[in-house]
Amino acid sequence: MMRRNPETSGPPVAVGGLTPAGEARPLVRFEAVSKRFGDFVAVDQVSLDIGEGEFFALLGPSGCGKTTLLRMLAGFEQPSAGRILLDGKDLADVPPHRRPVNMMFQNYALFPHLTVAGNIAFGLRQDGMARAEIRARVAEMLALVKLDGFGPRRPHQLSGGQRQRVALARALAKRPRAFLLDEPLAALDRKLREETRLELVELQEKLGLTFIVVTHDQEEAMTVADRIGVMNAGRLAQVGPPTEVYEHPSSRWVAGFIGDVNLIDGRVVSSGLGHAWVEVAAGVRMMVAQPIDIPEGETVCVMLRPEKVQIETSQSHAGHENSFAGRIADLGYLGGTTLYRIQLDGGTEIKAAMVNRARRLDRPLVLGDRVWVSFAPEACMVLTA
Amino acid sequence: MTDREQSIASRPAPRRWGRRFVILVPALWLVLFFLVPTLIVLKISLSQTVIAQPPYTPVLDLSAGWHGLRDFFAGLSLDNYRSLAADSLYATSYLRSLAIAALSTLILLLVGYPIAYGIARMPRRWQPVLVMAVFLPFLTAFLIRIYAWINILQHDGLLNTILMTLHVVHEPVVWLSTDTAIIIGIVYSYLPFMVLPLYASLEKMDDSLLEAAADLGSPQWKAFWLITVPLSAPGILAGVLLCFIPIVGEFVIPDLLGGSNALMIGQTLWTEFFQNRDWPVASAVAIALLLVLLGPILIYQHLQMRTLGDR
Repeated sequence: MMRRNPETSGPPVAVGGLTPAGEARPLVRFEAVSKRFGDFVAVDQVSLDIGEGEFFALLGPSGCGKTTLLRMLAGFEQPSAGRILLDGKDLADVPPHRRPVNMMFQNYALFPHLTVAGNIAFGLRQDGMARAEIRARVAEMLALVKLDGFGPRRPHQLSGGQRQRVALARALAKRPRAFLLDEPLAALDRKLREETRLELVELQEKLGLTFIVVTHDQEEAMTVADRIGVMNAGRLAQVGPPTEVYEHPSSRWVAGFIGDVNLIDGRVVSSGLGHAWVEVAAGVRMMVAQPIDIPEGETVCVMLRPEKVQIETSQSHAGHENSFAGRIADLGYLGGTTLYRIQLDGGTEIKAAMVNRARRLDRPLVLGDRVWVSFAPEACMVLTA
Repeated sequence: MTDREQSIASRPAPRRWGRRFVILVPALWLVLFFLVPTLIVLKISLSQTVIAQPPYTPVLDLSAGWHGLRDFFAGLSLDNYRSLAADSLYATSYLRSLAIAALSTLILLLVGYPIAYGIARMPRRWQPVLVMAVFLPFLTAFLIRIYAWINILQHDGLLNTILMTLHVVHEPVVWLSTDTAIIIGIVYSYLPFMVLPLYASLEKMDDSLLEAAADLGSPQWKAFWLITVPLSAPGILAGVLLCFIPIVGEFVIPDLLGGSNALMIGQTLWTEFFQNRDWPVASAVAIALLLVLLGPILIYQHLQMRTLGDR
């Protein structure tokens, strides 16, 4: 998986929901925005800043309110409470056709009675752009999405991937202040989806526009975005760069939603300088390298990503902290990696992922094997929420 | 070859026969009840009127053999069509029918489109009820509804009473026996045939297309013209032809609501057939009408094939 390096691409952005005081004005600002449909609260008090030139992903399960948030920015829904600002201007009284944002719809919403060129030119014609200029811009957009020569075709004559590109070109033709993408890759098959992800990133870097993408696919969000806003039940659960959201989730829910994870409940038995001991089962104590000011005896949750767990067939780390004996209860071969479920002697179960480095037809580890698992204290984290 | 393979290999044959049979039924129906009667009418239109039973000549007599057949074809002529062309009564009758049909269809489109659009934009669960409501008048007899219009439109009828009460007019307006009355009757009777195909095409429209248009800078009224109307074109075409073609040949409505001074082609045909007992001329009128209407039907066919080819 390719991940963007936040240091080299995109402008510096603040970690967290709102840009701190003193930094440049954000391009888009949601101020305590709520949306209710009858009794149902789709979006609940969301405050969020999105910077100019940023690639931002709104990530969450279906029905979490991410699409509603995007549609409010596009103007198709009005917030029940709160304000949405674009370039510092309140959008409340601006109808959708006057907002300098363009959206790519999940079903692409291409006009079936217009050609590809007609679709791309549609928005430019609304602006009263000169004919020659429109023609030039359409050609430029077709080249940008690698569809040269497809101008005279009709949408129904295109493949799914080509239609997606036309939708992309149509929305980008007007050079919007913010480009909104609603599940842009959901309708593509896996292989095409992965290619298109990288192309989206390239496109955003080339154009320097602000992209706001809504997705339920965490891998997609991690790959493309500078920052991710994780949403759950209408609220923003966490906002941050992919690495932060993955390695320092703010809650059990975020940790569980993004990636595979071990969430082990336990009790704090001692906490010292820069680390804490958590008892997760009788006799099973884990050391967590994280200073926490939680009184001893408190119940907490230890978060541990499976790929950070080592499996060994001999007890080489005996006596070290976080080294436990167990038995393989289940394993799943995924090609590149194998996922193991290990029943620790103390009673807890731990998931571990191992990269299959050697090309081996007979698996080295089989069900029921006795193994030792170990992980660094820095690999785990205590979650209190 | 195993039994299983054999059964698979032999399967397509009965299926082909089944397919042919499925086509045979409508084909037979069309030949028996459309092609044959049309040919009979065509033949009568080429005959001469006589006072006899049947009231035209020649009559095909197969017992006379080859000579009978030759005499039969020799007796056919285009005289009726010549008289149709010579007498301006027929031409004005055709033109009048086309004009009234065109005007009525235009009004039907202008009235029917907003109704169909309104229904299509209603909440889903209400739509079937409203479509039923459009068809509700069909539950009462057509003639009774037209007679009701006579009542409404007559000198001291409902319409004049309302207009006078509202002081729109000071003395009763003559409605009955005018073209206005004919058009009112036609628009009233044919409205469902305009609304239904329009509704069918508008109901299929994807709302996200209108959102996309708005997103790209098009205000609502403009999106209606640029997106909704072009996409409902098949419905418009179907509705227009579904109304226009039968209206041209309409007989009952102009006969009951219209005047006797100028006739629509349906009335002319009726007069020739029942009053003058001139079956050949009546048949020629019918065949000429068919030829006039063939134009729009062929255009419709052509466009239909093109949209089918598009898919």
